[in-house]
Amino acid sequence: MSVLFQQKNTGTYEQATGEGFYPVFRKYDWDGIRTSIYEKTTSDVYRALSCKKRSLEDFKALISPAAKPFLEQMARESMRITRQRFGKTIQMYAPMYLSNECQNICTYCGFSLTNKIPRRTLTNNEILREADFLKQKGYDHILLVTGEANRTVGVSYLKNAIKLIRPYFSNISIEVQPLETEEYNALIAEGLYAVLVYQETYHEECYKIHHPKGKKSNFKYRLHTPDRLGQAEIHKTGLGALFGLEDWRTDSFFTALHLRYLQKKYWKTRYSISFPRLRPHSGGLEPKVVMTDTDLAQLIFAYRLLDEDVELSLSTRESMAFRDNMIKLGVNSISAESKTNPGGYVVDPKSLEQFEICDERTTEEIAGMIRRKGYEVVWKDWEKGY
Amino acid sequence: MQSNTLTIAGTEFTSRLFIGTGKFSSASLMNKAVLASGSELATVALKRVNPEDQTEDIHTALQKTGIRLLPNTSGVRTAKEAVFAAQLAREALETNWIKLEIHPDPKYLLPDPVETLLATEKLVKLGFVVMPYIHADPVLCKRLEEVGAQCVMPLGAPIGSNKGLKTLDFLEIIVEQSSVPVIVDAGIGSPSHAAAAMEMGADAVLVNTAIAVSDNPIAMAEAFKLAVRAGRTAYTARLAPVKTGAEASSPLTSFLSENQ
Ligand code: SF4
Repeated sequence: MSVLFQQKNTGTYEQATGEGFYPVFRKYDWDGIRTSIYEKTTSDVYRALSCKKRSLEDFKALISPAAKPFLEQMARESMRITRQRFGKTIQMYAPMYLSNECQNICTYCGFSLTNKIPRRTLTNNEILREADFLKQKGYDHILLVTGEANRTVGVSYLKNAIKLIRPYFSNISIEVQPLETEEYNALIAEGLYAVLVYQETYHEECYKIHHPKGKKSNFKYRLHTPDRLGQAEIHKTGLGALFGLEDWRTDSFFTALHLRYLQKKYWKTRYSISFPRLRPHSGGLEPKVVMTDTDLAQLIFAYRLLDEDVELSLSTRESMAFRDNMIKLGVNSISAESKTNPGGYVVDPKSLEQFEICDERTTEEIAGMIRRKGYEVVWKDWEKGY
Repeated sequence: MQSNTLTIAGTEFTSRLFIGTGKFSSASLMNKAVLASGSELATVALKRVNPEDQTEDIHTALQKTGIRLLPNTSGVRTAKEAVFAAQLAREALETNWIKLEIHPDPKYLLPDPVETLLATEKLVKLGFVVMPYIHADPVLCKRLEEVGAQCVMPLGAPIGSNKGLKTLDFLEIIVEQSSVPVIVDAGIGSPSHAAAAMEMGADAVLVNTAIAVSDNPIAMAEAFKLAVRAGRTAYTARLAPVKTGAEASSPLTSFLSENQ
């Protein structure tokens, strides 16, 4: 039986201790959670589908193998809730890779330290050229991405980059190395809106195997990044697990647990979830666990049924057919025409990608598809000064 | 079997029914009702406590039951007055627990959110266990939690109205979001209201008028005791879901099987 969200039954409460998520996380045992998910029955799923407020136990049922025959019902409910909460709108964003330098070894990533690839970090001028291209395409929400190389792409580099592109975009997010609270404060002051930080896997031992070297090998520091973001009162924090490293169901349970913990503690922050699946890259690691399209759809429906407000985002890692269909069924934000190499749009289209994308359509094609489905394409949805 | 106690500031309560002590026709009837309710916490208005009075006042009568007393600041209109009242209560009743009630409005006795937040912050710093009575306002609840309130006590309906859970939608949000116990206070007029609050996931309820002014306060106290237990048990057992009819429409997920 899970502890934290059964606590209302036992009368004890998780007080805001300032200790962060780790002590909460440690109360759960990976194998026990895994077993309890796989042991969920049809009646657990039935209950989870019918109740008004869903608990993490219900979420387990919805991601369990027992829920497979209920996919259609889950899709219908997910569509209904998403329409009620977000209307018929889809937000658009584009990633902008600033650097492929990285001091870490991550077994699944093309930018990994030991990968012999030419490294480059965009200069001011190059950043502006890339920004200009994306602006022309209509983007107003930009996600800046770097590897983890504190000397070249540390806080001052990021601060500078945000300052540079600030006049062009009203919504700037980052997906970079975890930072300290004060560093986040400094970036927020420059106009940073959101930070995405994926735990990759919540399986502590497995995490160590995939992150053998570099700062990223510190599991706990990474796990506490959303706590530091909450303390900095960031507008939005993005969570997620990288699917392929470990059992996706168990990793998703822990992501949901993390989400609920954060929502209660840092209630002024908005949260989003992403669903990266391992994609081919230079030096490729074969996924240990395969997650099919059906699995991913089930997971997206389950998140929407758990939480009507959480933002669900789908990247160009996914196929055209999958993305087109999922637009209506639960997600509310997607990227398009992404390049996952620094300078990939105009400066240096040939530099090495972090991973291959799947949906290669242009921004215009994707925006057209969204409109044809009767949805509004939202480019701008935030204004600095809030 | 799970332990089903409620903990506030390290103190465990086996009963989730808290009781108010105003409006009883006599101290002895009140005592009997309190005992019948099984409650372990009774609020007492500081304004009615008179430490000098040796006759049988509410305070001394209640002490005989052995129940824990929770002084309230009823009658104050500002944070400043509330802090002063809490300090007086701490001396008079030798407890650092305080039910914070600030209502500048003498008619409906509606709580002032701004003054309540200010007073809670101050009282927590002074070492009090603060239990604020508030409107069913989810944001205010989070703000109170942040400044150190040990629980929140949102109202179900105007105090003394017996109208039940008029603020249900907001109470549900509060219960969902809260990291501290949620005690539904004010408005609960019948055992079924109390049971509904408990079924919805409230951690406890506080009842006064409905018991005190009934024809038989002792029997009514017992009825509330049973209702709170029933509601809580139903909550922990998880209510069976409401069945929704199936709607036929063209499948949304057929693309998945095609895709695999
Ligand atoms: S995943 Fe990030 S930290 Fe790891 S090697 Fe790639 S860029 Fe570096």
